[in-house]
Amino acid sequence: MPTTADRRVQIKGIREGLLVTFGEGEWSELRTALLTYIQEQAAFFKGARLAIDVGNHVVHAAEMGSLRDRLSDLGVSLWAVLSNSPVTERTAQVLGLATRLPSPRPERPVRRGDTELEGENAVLVQRTLRSGYRLSTRGHVVVIGEVNPGAEIYAGGSVVVWGRLRGTVHAGIEGNTAAVICALEMAPVQLRIADQVAVIQTGRRRKTEPMMARLENGQIVLEPWKGK
Amino acid sequence: MVAKVVTVTSGKGGVGKTTTTANLAVALATLGQKVVCIDADIGLRNLDVVLGLENRIVYDLVDVVEGRCRLRQAMIRDKRLPELYLIPAAQTRDKNAVSPSDMSRLCEELRPEVDWIFIDSPAGIERGFRNALAPADMVLVVTNPEVSAVRDADRIIGIVEAEEKGPVRLILNRVNPNLTRRGDMLNAEDVLELLAVELIGIVPEDENVIISTNKGQPVALDGKSRAGLAFQNIARRLMGENVPFLNLDSGDGFLKRLTRLFRSGGTMG
Repeated sequence: MPTTADRRVQIKGIREGLLVTFGEGEWSELRTALLTYIQEQAAFFKGARLAIDVGNHVVHAAEMGSLRDRLSDLGVSLWAVLSNSPVTERTAQVLGLATRLPSPRPERPVRRGDTELEGENAVLVQRTLRSGYRLSTRGHVVVIGEVNPGAEIYAGGSVVVWGRLRGTVHAGIEGNTAAVICALEMAPVQLRIADQVAVIQTGRRRKTEPMMARLENGQIVLEPWKGK
Repeated sequence: MVAKVVTVTSGKGGVGKTTTTANLAVALATLGQKVVCIDADIGLRNLDVVLGLENRIVYDLVDVVEGRCRLRQAMIRDKRLPELYLIPAAQTRDKNAVSPSDMSRLCEELRPEVDWIFIDSPAGIERGFRNALAPADMVLVVTNPEVSAVRDADRIIGIVEAEEKGPVRLILNRVNPNLTRRGDMLNAEDVLELLAVELIGIVPEDENVIISTNKGQPVALDGKSRAGLAFQNIARRLMGENVPFLNLDSGDGFLKRLTRLFRSGGTMG
């Protein structure tokens, strides 16, 4: 496959055909560069399906239409125009062009009914975390098992332990003050939520009640974990 | 014969790894088993002293690994128990003189010759421990009823699990029933609850262990002391016998409760 020496126009193969990406420059220059390139490599481009990513350029309907016609003359069919500009996107849609590449996992999921929730990313750990184990994630953490003293969990979100929590947990590592820490049995070495640190006093007699730690007025508070 | 390789380890130092290794090896040899123990604590060797074989060392583990002698030449035979051998550690080298694959190769060579290979691991989780763990078929984790020893045992069990070695069996050593009864020592049930591994023996605190260690005469040579009896029981459990746990306490102490705990578990060998 030919590569473009001209850095203003980059072409790569994608599942749906070819994807052209425009760099900086005047629209007319970019358009000319693309057409010249296609003419030079006519044999390669013959019958190709082209998607163009115009980036921040605002392309008006007349320009887009004429480009499509010109490409058609060269035996290339334009089927999609990707753009950061809503105006250009609408223009492309009016011309019957696609404005998104189909992807197996769309970046923005299709809007569904209000009763369907997207959920958030969480890591599920179905084992006991022994001393020296360390779990670090930007999402939430769910542990089915024990968290022993000497084990550490660092989560961007909340941490739920379905078992005994006796290690160290830091929820909301990136400053998420809404993060909570829940455990069936709360006897941690230390708890941290966002930038707050709490040392939990646990007596000899353990409370076996499920507990939840959360931030309230900038302080970590511990309370019975009850359904809401 | 295809030997079973048993690594004795603890993480923390001073909990009784070497004493346990020596006594289990002696107890198994007393039961007619052919046993080799390997001291993997290169640079800080002890097992030879505890077994009373220090003055017989000519070649050591590093000599075998570096090819200065044959394996047979480094195996010191115990005169009291003709089926008990020791491969001592080098005292003048360090842990890096041996690699995990050296240990595995050595054990493969020994396996057809004996019934049991006991490896006395050094404290810590570094190279020496990795060496001792590499050939293991079973890992005996020795701990004391103290928070720091239990914490290290947990770490060790975690590493053993991560390396997919095992099974792990726990030996709770130096248990003092009086202290436990008064609540001054960690409760054995708490230890088991935290570590969640199968217990294979409880060894009571016993001054006979110190006396015998200094003499180079492991307590398990005779079952007269409580600790000696406890080690003999562990040896029999290793052989697959179902031996009840010692009742160290006359009242309704924790050991009694523990014994019940076990029987309900029903998997003790």
